[in-house]
Amino acid sequence: MSETGKPRKQIILGAYLGGVNHHTLWQLPEAGSQIDFSSFEHTARTAERGRFDFFFLAEGLALRERDGQVFDQDVIGRPDTFTVLASLAAVTEHLGLAATINATFNEPYELARQLATLDHLSGGRAAWNVVTSFDAFTGQNFRRGGFLDRSQRYERAGEAVALVRALWDSWADDAIVADQASGRFLRGPDDAGRLPGQFEHHGNQFDVRGRFTVPRSPQGHPVVLQAGVSPQGRDFAAASSDAIFSPFTRLDEAQAYYRDIQERAARLGRAPGSVKILPSGSFVLGDTQAEAEEKARWVRDQQVTGKTALILLEQIWNRDPSSYDPDGPLPDVEPDVAAPPFIQGRALLDADRVGWANRLRARAEEHGFTLRETVIDQLSRAEFVGTPQQVADRIDDFVQQDGSDGFIVGSHLVPTGLDEFVDRVVPLLQERGSLRTEYTGTTLRDNLGLAVPERRAAEPEPALA
Amino acid sequence: MSTFHLGIALDGAGWHPAAWREPDARPRDLLSAGYWLDQVRVAQEAIADLVTFEDSFAIQSTDHFAPDDRLDQVRGRLDAELIAARLAPVTEGIGLVPTVTVTHTEPFHVAKALATLDWTSRGRAGWQVRVSAGSSQAELFGRRDFLEFVAPFDIEDPAVAAHVSDTFEEAADVVEVVRRLWDSWEDDAEIRDVATQRFIDRNKVHRVDFESRFFSVRGPSITPRSPQGQPVVTSLAHSRVPYELAARSADLIFVTPFDDDDARRILGEVHDAETRVGREGEPLQVWADVVVVLDADGETGQARRARLDETAGTVWTTDTGIDAGSAAAIADRVESWRDLGYAGVRLRPATLPGDLTAIARDLAPELRRRGLARGAYDRATLRGLLGLPTDVPSRYAAA
Repeated sequence: MSETGKPRKQIILGAYLGGVNHHTLWQLPEAGSQIDFSSFEHTARTAERGRFDFFFLAEGLALRERDGQVFDQDVIGRPDTFTVLASLAAVTEHLGLAATINATFNEPYELARQLATLDHLSGGRAAWNVVTSFDAFTGQNFRRGGFLDRSQRYERAGEAVALVRALWDSWADDAIVADQASGRFLRGPDDAGRLPGQFEHHGNQFDVRGRFTVPRSPQGHPVVLQAGVSPQGRDFAAASSDAIFSPFTRLDEAQAYYRDIQERAARLGRAPGSVKILPSGSFVLGDTQAEAEEKARWVRDQQVTGKTALILLEQIWNRDPSSYDPDGPLPDVEPDVAAPPFIQGRALLDADRVGWANRLRARAEEHGFTLRETVIDQLSRAEFVGTPQQVADRIDDFVQQDGSDGFIVGSHLVPTGLDEFVDRVVPLLQERGSLRTEYTGTTLRDNLGLAVPERRAAEPEPALA
Repeated sequence: MSTFHLGIALDGAGWHPAAWREPDARPRDLLSAGYWLDQVRVAQEAIADLVTFEDSFAIQSTDHFAPDDRLDQVRGRLDAELIAARLAPVTEGIGLVPTVTVTHTEPFHVAKALATLDWTSRGRAGWQVRVSAGSSQAELFGRRDFLEFVAPFDIEDPAVAAHVSDTFEEAADVVEVVRRLWDSWEDDAEIRDVATQRFIDRNKVHRVDFESRFFSVRGPSITPRSPQGQPVVTSLAHSRVPYELAARSADLIFVTPFDDDDARRILGEVHDAETRVGREGEPLQVWADVVVVLDADGETGQARRARLDETAGTVWTTDTGIDAGSAAAIADRVESWRDLGYAGVRLRPATLPGDLTAIARDLAPELRRRGLARGAYDRATLRGLLGLPTDVPSRYAAA
């Protein structure tokens, strides 16, 4: 039992491999490759050694550009998500493999097939982090272009997830008989007259039919993850996902979000605990608190050079900031909300540029920060800084107090950054009884404590949105 | 060293429709990683240059253009590119060549998937290009209205001919844009120059700006240039239009002769196709496909074939020749193709693991004795194994 008197929650841990932003310190001599398979293998094996639930891979479908030129200052370039995860399935045994895959620039039939295949090939360890996009810049890399109006973003995503789930349900668990003696390979049509894999769906976004090729996978449905902050996004995530990435790492905000999602999920008829909440966090460890803080300061200085500070600021102001001094004050002009985005291929954290700029100004004034100090303060703080004991305590307390159900953790150092978390923090979490010492389930769903969704053989609802 | 090549084509429980009923078959394992790994390890024992994995968005069917309702044959399969990726870290030497279709897929995804397979296999990736003609696969995606093929259809019918020609023209565009995306990062684009705070030299990362009447792709790829630079591109072809696709786009073509005369005729037609499309650079490698039913302990290949046909309830024929017999007899056939000018053979084992095991134990050693197969994995990449140039600078690199 925890101090609050409630049963102790088991912390869910995911691992991410840093890249494609200023948090990853490629400049360090010990920094390794961002593309060699060995980097992914090392991080995944380390996560498995630490009894993590899953390895998480982000995705971006266009290289970032600044003012029409490929961005050259941070890590850039990444592998194909599904391919790397399928390869990681060969070198891990228990670790979940979570793929961030865009529902806009992929078709449900192919997606359902790739995810179900990954689930088979990993023995039930596949997860899908559903993201949507509607930007014309990324669209230029695809046949269909930036075809989707922003207003249809959730409609398409909702219908895509529903259709993918219907395809996963199109084969019964026992559809393959494979009786060599009688020569019967497949079970015959079901009560509705459908052969294994047969499906039909007519919705606003998709009008499809045929026979799905992948028989039902070990998890039935791979685990579905989503992010959701806006009310619409929260409802969508609460309705159709198994876990949600939360942007909140301050306990009070996080608890409010946690409650809100659980209430929304309950209203939608979902069982308590069937939606897990997972913020992401980076960490810096030291033997003493002072040492950890000193190191965290050094990491921040490396991450946010004057040049990086200007570029991060430029995303908010949408203006060329090169005339400003990083060690001087914030720009006195207002953000340019009319111009096309100066930086392409990067999601903006807050679409309200003017409001965001004003918050930064207030913060700078309050603390007497320079431009660069303001950026460091707002955009580049490690969530967990301290001794291993302090970090373990903070993570555990956060989870036990319902700030979340766990964390996705990563480091500024690729690929070995996770090692010290596993070596030094994980044993303490295990000592507290909040993290498994051995895997107990065989699938990711088992390990997360999620039920297998009941197979729905009937016609799927056209859309959730 | 042999310059003649050996490939092995994997599909389901083997190519014969009754293969899954053989006593050593594993019909309940066809969706497991372990099954595929076991097969590829046998292919490695045979020291095959490469192994291919069949795939299609359509469920297996005796009707080439629509699902059937049969319950007595293998139905259901996994995505081939991901099977190859699953095997990449735990295999060595052998080339991994999944089928990836081009008609309903996004070229940008195809390019980065295969480039990443090249990364995770450390330079052993290839691609068997395949089109998806006809309406039944188009309906799985619901994005395009395609012609419905109802047998018997007439290839000379203008509507059919136009659909076929468009489908292959689009396929050539897909391969072209995929190859450009593979070149969109130069080999040394990543510089990690701390002094100037530059991770890449942006002058070495290029847009591809490809436009055709079917689609456009801007680029660059998100995936840095892979170990081979250009993974090996292959395709299976049976007639003039697909020969031209291969002549335009591929490094290697699999063709389907039924006998030696056929083999001679096809080779001529492929060479003609190369001339027609004005192929430059490396000549297209022509490999012959053949289904093999080998002698087993106490049962000849002929007898096994007859027994499999009887189990299937039909005298099974397929798109290429079927050779049943001893390793020596099949090696004779392979040798005759080599003498005609073929660059390799792709064996389709009638049963798995039965015929594949016999290939490794009997046929491959026989081919090696005759100088028709390699003796070791003595090259680091698939391009190297196939004798293709291994130094392939990006087309965008400044001369």
